[in-house]
Amino acid sequence: MSWMAWTLPTALFFSAIGLALLILTVFELRSPTRLAKGFLPMQTTRGDRFFISLLSAAFIHLLWLGTLGGALWGASLLAVLWAVLLMRWG
Amino acid sequence: MSSFRPQNNRAWLGVLPVVLIVAFSAVIPLMTVVNYSVQDILDFNTRFFVGLQWYEQTLNDPRFIEAFLRQVAFSLTILTIQIPLGIWVAKGIPQNSRMTPLILVVLAMPLLIPWNVVGTIWQIFARPDIGLLGVTINALGITYNYTSDPLHAWITLVMMDVWHWTSLVALLAFAGLTSIPQPFYQAAELDGANRWQMFRYVELPRLRGVLIIAVLLRLMDSFMIYTEPFVLTGGGPGNATTLLSQHLATMAVGQFDLGPAAAFSVIYFLFILLFCWLFYSSVVARNED
Repeated sequence: MSWMAWTLPTALFFSAIGLALLILTVFELRSPTRLAKGFLPMQTTRGDRFFISLLSAAFIHLLWLGTLGGALWGASLLAVLWAVLLMRWG
Repeated sequence: MSSFRPQNNRAWLGVLPVVLIVAFSAVIPLMTVVNYSVQDILDFNTRFFVGLQWYEQTLNDPRFIEAFLRQVAFSLTILTIQIPLGIWVAKGIPQNSRMTPLILVVLAMPLLIPWNVVGTIWQIFARPDIGLLGVTINALGITYNYTSDPLHAWITLVMMDVWHWTSLVALLAFAGLTSIPQPFYQAAELDGANRWQMFRYVELPRLRGVLIIAVLLRLMDSFMIYTEPFVLTGGGPGNATTLLSQHLATMAVGQFDLGPAAAFSVIYFLFILLFCWLFYSSVVARNED
């Protein structure tokens, strides 16, 4: 695996995404998702909203990095809040 | 107002083989690129963790921003031309003629030509000294030289892409048109619909599916275009036609800056993902309305 040039932070990052997908899969088997219409302009499933959360998180961090720079705790907090909002009412 | 409909997701097991193939062909390479993007890589065994430094550097690099804006302009321009032109060409193809297969084969020919050959064809074709297009335009009294004038280079690049890829849109649109049952046309005729109304209210709604595919394919392809502009203009004159992929190749292969190039690649990938998702979700939202 050395050719993949792993680092601890990237390994933790991908593990977190993998764990989230695993939790979503288990959750899906126990309680199948429903197409729901929230504040987003189209009907979405739980997986859709998770994907949008991840994509949004990436752009929130990029925007923060491109404009403010420095530490990204603020961006991470914003991304988590947005993800909660999206998963619950999106 | 919320509306709920239960989903049966067991069919997703059927796509497991595809998921495995995608994991090996896309996910693992993507993870490797992310790993590279947070390190300064001097050689295979010597690398240092630098955090998000390359991301910050890329996002504040004027050459990246300029290449990105050029890329967006290029993709929007070719989509604006190729989609209507492809539909227009498809509408001109006879549906039940002995000539139809021949027309379709001729139409598909540009799609069969390797990308570097397309670039070479247009490089020679547009040359102001020996190329048929270049010499003809100059003979008409219009000074045309795509090697020295940025506007001419852009026009040539767009013409080349339109020539290469409009056939794809036309073939997809033709497939969509042939699937529309005749009674729809007969009903529209009885209602006294003219040609425009027939197109707007009978054909266009039933072409939506294939047009979504066409726009998505062309958007992704045009956003990743590399070979044709590289062969035609080499990104010049100056940097006038340097699009994202060419800028990236210069960093990764020319300068061997693997870390910054990987960060660039991740940002590039995220933008393609964003555009495709925005486009797809807007179409889905419209369908739901």
